[in-house]
Amino acid sequence: MSKLGTLGARLHHGEVGYDFVKNRKIWYGISILITITAIVGLAVRGLHMGIEFQGGAVFTTPKNMSASVAQTETWAEEASGHDAIVQKLGDGSLRIQIAGTDTQQSDQIKEDLSKNLDVSAEKINADLVGPSWGDQIANKAWQGLGIFMVLVVIYLAIAFEWRMALAAFVALIHDITITVGIYALVGFEVTPGTVIGLLTILGYSLYDTVVVFDSLKEQTRDITKQTRWTYAEIANRSINSTLVRSINTTVVALLPVAGLLFIGGGVLGAGMLNDISLSLFVGLAAGAYSSIFIATPLVADLKEAEPQMKALKKRVLAKRAQGAAKGESAESAADEGAYDADEPDDAAPAVVGPRNQPASRGRGRGRPSGKRR
Amino acid sequence: MFASGHTTPRLGIDLAGGTSITLRAVPEAGQESAINKTNMDTAVEIMNRRVNGLGVSEAEVQTQGDRNIIVYIPKGTNSKEARQQVGTTAKLYFRPVLATELSGANATGTPSASETGGASDKATDKATDKATDKATDGDKATDGDKASGTPSDSASASATSQGRAASDALKADPSPSATSSDGASPSPSASASGDDATAKLQQQYAALDCTDKNARAKAGDGAKPDEQTVACGQNSQGQWQKYILGAAAVDGTEVDEAEAVYNTQTAAGWTVTMKFTDKGSKKFADITGKLAQNQSPQNQFAIVLDNEVVSDPYVSQALTGGNAEISGSFDQEEAQSLANMLSYGALPLTFKEDSVTTVTAALGGEQLKAGLIAGAIGLALVVLYLLFYYRGLSFIAVCSLLVSAGLTYVIMALLGPTIGFALNLPAVCGAIVAIGITADSFIVYFERVRDEIREGRTLRPAVERAWPRARRTILVSDFVSFLAAAVLFIVTVGKVQGFAFTLGLTTLLDVVVVFLFTKPLLTLMARRKFFASGHKWSGLDPKALGAKPPLRRTRRPSRPAAGPVDPKEA
Repeated sequence: MSKLGTLGARLHHGEVGYDFVKNRKIWYGISILITITAIVGLAVRGLHMGIEFQGGAVFTTPKNMSASVAQTETWAEEASGHDAIVQKLGDGSLRIQIAGTDTQQSDQIKEDLSKNLDVSAEKINADLVGPSWGDQIANKAWQGLGIFMVLVVIYLAIAFEWRMALAAFVALIHDITITVGIYALVGFEVTPGTVIGLLTILGYSLYDTVVVFDSLKEQTRDITKQTRWTYAEIANRSINSTLVRSINTTVVALLPVAGLLFIGGGVLGAGMLNDISLSLFVGLAAGAYSSIFIATPLVADLKEAEPQMKALKKRVLAKRAQGAAKGESAESAADEGAYDADEPDDAAPAVVGPRNQPASRGRGRGRPSGKRR
Repeated sequence: MFASGHTTPRLGIDLAGGTSITLRAVPEAGQESAINKTNMDTAVEIMNRRVNGLGVSEAEVQTQGDRNIIVYIPKGTNSKEARQQVGTTAKLYFRPVLATELSGANATGTPSASETGGASDKATDKATDKATDKATDGDKATDGDKASGTPSDSASASATSQGRAASDALKADPSPSATSSDGASPSPSASASGDDATAKLQQQYAALDCTDKNARAKAGDGAKPDEQTVACGQNSQGQWQKYILGAAAVDGTEVDEAEAVYNTQTAAGWTVTMKFTDKGSKKFADITGKLAQNQSPQNQFAIVLDNEVVSDPYVSQALTGGNAEISGSFDQEEAQSLANMLSYGALPLTFKEDSVTTVTAALGGEQLKAGLIAGAIGLALVVLYLLFYYRGLSFIAVCSLLVSAGLTYVIMALLGPTIGFALNLPAVCGAIVAIGITADSFIVYFERVRDEIREGRTLRPAVERAWPRARRTILVSDFVSFLAAAVLFIVTVGKVQGFAFTLGLTTLLDVVVVFLFTKPLLTLMARRKFFASGHKWSGLDPKALGAKPPLRRTRRPSRPAAGPVDPKEA
């Protein structure tokens, strides 16, 4: 079995685990830092908007052009009277971007170019964009984003509860901010393809979050009927027990996107595939991170503020204190005896093993838990 | 799918090559409300007529969102001309009718008929149709009692359903003096001056067969507004009629507004009222004044939209008020559509080119190839990963993925002809991204099964127990995905929409495949010894999964204390 599989088993039994919730402050801090960087980057550098957002024309010539980039640039500028950017793509074709041209002018420019470059106009791909087209796409995207968020918050509030909805919402904003921020900082070009990718993150980022929440909801169903664990601890266990799943789903989601990125960047040079997959790639990574490190701890925080959960926490802590007072032997016999007995054959009892066991025991008793492994 | 003969998805412009033009309706100042569904539909109809009139067989015009129209022109068409055609606003003119007759087999009238000026006897086809019609005088119209009480008026109107009468609806000013002046607008007699142009026109007219679609499209093509022309039109019985028309007397832009009104006063039924601009009303008064003095069919004017006669009301007097009403035997739909055309010609909607994309077939093919390669690589990577991680289980996952891919392909192929779905690059991208979403569902389920096995269950119960919980997780997360896709599809335009569509489709299919294929297959496989015995390569080896043999029965009771974790709950 692969190591990850074994890890899965150990996570499942609570033998290993990372206390995501306990260390949440660190992650919140990191996220806030990243977010601030992103916002600053956005404010200072701004986004590098593609030609689709300014209006203009993009011409792509057939493969294996002999004309040089500089020469083509001169021709394009002569033909259009505007600044032109010419790139040579991997397959030898030229990509000529001319900003600020009118869609009406473009036919003339295309003809001039075809004459200069000595290719028939029929063979030149043209993408002509009016100045408001990109804005329109962006506006629609914002609109879609808004509607989606409202709907999804409502849905999550019904399917789960408002706290989870709120946490998911925060995580979503977080993902989008980070993605946009990276675009600003790195200076990737923003195209309608980027917008598409960004919008897809919506669904995808939540996909992960929903899986964790689902497990959390299930595990906390009867939480008030027990006095062993606080909400935060169970939340942490939920994350850990779905960790393998989260890793797998993220990897599986990223693999096809990576394939797209490779083909889009490597073979086609530039274009739609590349733009979509790039923003997806960034967004997916951010999404996986946020569902584990941000969304669930946030739910735990919100939940712990609830009077019911506060009371539970008090009870749990009281019980632990009591157990500690009674002394080691008493406790192991009563409460956690099961786990001690488990240890020799290195297996926790079925599902019930608390992931945070070593921590809680240490807290309760001050006994070194090195025995465990 | 095979029955319908569509075995491959239709390819979009960016994959097959061609030109796509995105137009955006731009409202005139203060006329925001003009951009509504009716107007957009009319615009699409008109553009469709224009583009397909170019001889393009598969050009397609669709509305998208609430104010965009997308025109797809396949490769091999003169995209430049197409662009000019769709980009301009409808060309609507009011032209005097010089001659008309039924076109097609039973057309008996000779073209020369119209040249003689008073041609009523020869242009028999039309004349008999129209002669009995009578214009409703505005005076009478406003005075409801009188109008309905005049037997001859109502009787003639109802008796002949073909004719449509234009009347001055609001202001009755039948003074003939206003119309007697000789204006620049061509009078019927002008056509009698047998110069070259007219002779040519006569030839065209004689040769014109309006029942032929191509001929119709070419009729009067490129005619300038100030020249005479030939045109086709359909009368209310659906018969094609051909016309010789004079120079345009009033421009469509000079119609301020037009609407369909149900006229209760005169029992005329549905009518279309027009209001002209100042300039337009003067011109209209001129032309109607002139026409009113002529005999049928030369007392008719034709409303010509893109060289097709959409209506040919006759005039019995000069209409000077700037308002006019076309009455006849409209039903509501006809009246509405005529009003739309008149309004549309009056420019509430102009269109701006938002984007024009021309993709050569070479690049299209390349992009398609790249997309397919990317998809293959993505799929291969996912399969490898699953194989590495899930071993034997991945067989089920791969089968499910293939089923899902097959279904997606079939549905896309079917949707091509039915709802006009065309596979474009973003859609391909969406499909590739969807591989991940689909595989996620299997992972959720498999992990559940493994959890059950870790608790010491044997495979078969584990599969059954894991299902209800995995099912819920899959449904919840797929719903979120689908929601995103649906919102995107509804709200956005252009390329984003294609992407959203595939994503939504594959998410739906994912649910279908997991429910109807993966789960049953896993149940079946659980009976095989290879899986059930937890073979090392099955991916379900209890030992490797770190399963807990159920040793300590005594401690079971402690489980409820663990409260939140109750795997028995499903």
